[in-house]
Amino acid sequence: MADLRINIAGVELENPVVTASGTFGFGREYGEFFDPGELGAIAVKGLTLNPREGNRSPRIAQTPAGILNSVGLQNPGVENFIKFELPDLKKHSAKIIANMSGNTIEDYCSMADRLSGTEVDMLEMNISCPNVKQGGVAFGTDASTVHKITSEVRKYAKKPLIVKLSPNVTDICEMAKAAEAGGADALSLINTILGMKIDIHTRRPVLANNVGGLSGPAVMPVAVRMVWQVASAVKLPVIGMGGIMSAEDAIEFLLAGASAVAVGTGMFKNPMLPVAVKNGIGEYMDQNNIKKVSELVGAVRVYE
Amino acid sequence: MQTGGTEVAYLKSIQECEIISIEQIAPQIFDMWVKNDVLAAQARPGQFVHIDCGDATDNFLRRPISICDVKSNAVRILFEVKGSGTAALACKKAGDVLDMLGPLGNAFTVLEQYRRPLIIGGGIGIFPLYLLAKQFSEAQVFLGFRCCERVVMEQDFKNVAKELHITTDDGSYGYHGYAVELLERKLAAKEGDIIYACGPLPMLRATKALAEKYNVKCQLSMEQRMGCGIGACLVCTCETTSKGANHYKRVCKNGPVFWSDEVTLNG
Repeated sequence: MADLRINIAGVELENPVVTASGTFGFGREYGEFFDPGELGAIAVKGLTLNPREGNRSPRIAQTPAGILNSVGLQNPGVENFIKFELPDLKKHSAKIIANMSGNTIEDYCSMADRLSGTEVDMLEMNISCPNVKQGGVAFGTDASTVHKITSEVRKYAKKPLIVKLSPNVTDICEMAKAAEAGGADALSLINTILGMKIDIHTRRPVLANNVGGLSGPAVMPVAVRMVWQVASAVKLPVIGMGGIMSAEDAIEFLLAGASAVAVGTGMFKNPMLPVAVKNGIGEYMDQNNIKKVSELVGAVRVYE
Repeated sequence: MQTGGTEVAYLKSIQECEIISIEQIAPQIFDMWVKNDVLAAQARPGQFVHIDCGDATDNFLRRPISICDVKSNAVRILFEVKGSGTAALACKKAGDVLDMLGPLGNAFTVLEQYRRPLIIGGGIGIFPLYLLAKQFSEAQVFLGFRCCERVVMEQDFKNVAKELHITTDDGSYGYHGYAVELLERKLAAKEGDIIYACGPLPMLRATKALAEKYNVKCQLSMEQRMGCGIGACLVCTCETTSKGANHYKRVCKNGPVFWSDEVTLNG
């Protein structure tokens, strides 16, 4: 039987399958379809210091092999999360990754400080949300800013700190190295790619926010490439994501250098997808006589 | 199942639904019965199913379609071909199997103290109102359509309603005008003790205004583009108001049915 356990920045996950922030809420809804304890970790809906209502609807558009979304970080705020969501999340064996977004560096520091005193297992700093006007991706597209915010938040983070990187940059390795130098314990990538869809009959964007983040199979080759580049450029463990629809897709990410994978948008198609991915990785390992999932990490045999 | 003394119940699962029949009943409108015991046993008026319409390349998102009717082991859905998803559904044949989630969403509130409902629907919004109308012996139903060739389900509603009024925008069939005009006549005559509505936004706005004017309880079924369909992804919002503050609620989970005094209908 394949050993699916994987260690990320000192936290041992039962298996490398994570649910991506923003697609899984706080686990209650998909928890009616499968046991969240089947997951290695749950990255919760992006939290902000205070509750946020998010953007106007429509917030979603279908595109070839994917979707655009412009939710805009609707969430109950970090205190309500700690009070009403975290206790139930901690009933499962899955590790809990608290995803944080802010308008200012101080917001991130306050949240990291507050969440470090709770039962969450890891912190994920989202500096890559394309759907908010202040903060968000603005922190994640300049290397010196990435370094600054990571090193500031590092001072308050008493839990392993994951930095979630944006693909909306010229050189993602530069951002990865800046996060590493700033003291990140792990990296997650990719967040969504900024996109747009126009209704030619109304001549209006489909999204009320005009633009939104692209996810789904359409982004997967970009995500695999970026994971491979980043994993080759830094020593930090990487959580890879972007368009995973099957165990085979997840294995691509592992081979590219991801220590764990996150499933997100694919659940909208198949709500049981995380379980299928987990089981499929195990089957692939058994078939290929791979004992530990870590043997797959970065095992792509690239051409010279 | 029992695990370690605690009961674990996974309430929901993917429902495989074999198509019993599919028929085009008007331009772009299809009428489908699918076989599924779970959906048939659980569906309540106002709920919907979230249908996988095909491969991830062309139809990544499921399509939410309201449940129109139920019999012992089958569910009826009607849909209009609007985009690639419904176009793919329209090509299905009897015997094909569809993957659905459901029944999802809340349902219309049917209470003992309100037994004389005024039920108003417009266009494809009439479909969830059929199962609702069947819950009452004294339903007065108002259905608005653009024109004669768009009128569907007239005989179905006639069979279950105490009174049925059909209106068309262009006067090519039934009453010439909007269904809300007939609704107001009934309200002015102090008929009806609750209003249920599903249809285009202007109809819902007019219905909400009438409910306030005549001080009658009113429920509206809302539509929005959806993602997961189960409440996790927060893309299908509806602006609601409570104690002077506006909040976005989830159409798929908190709705699709809302009390009219709860929603702003700002669009």
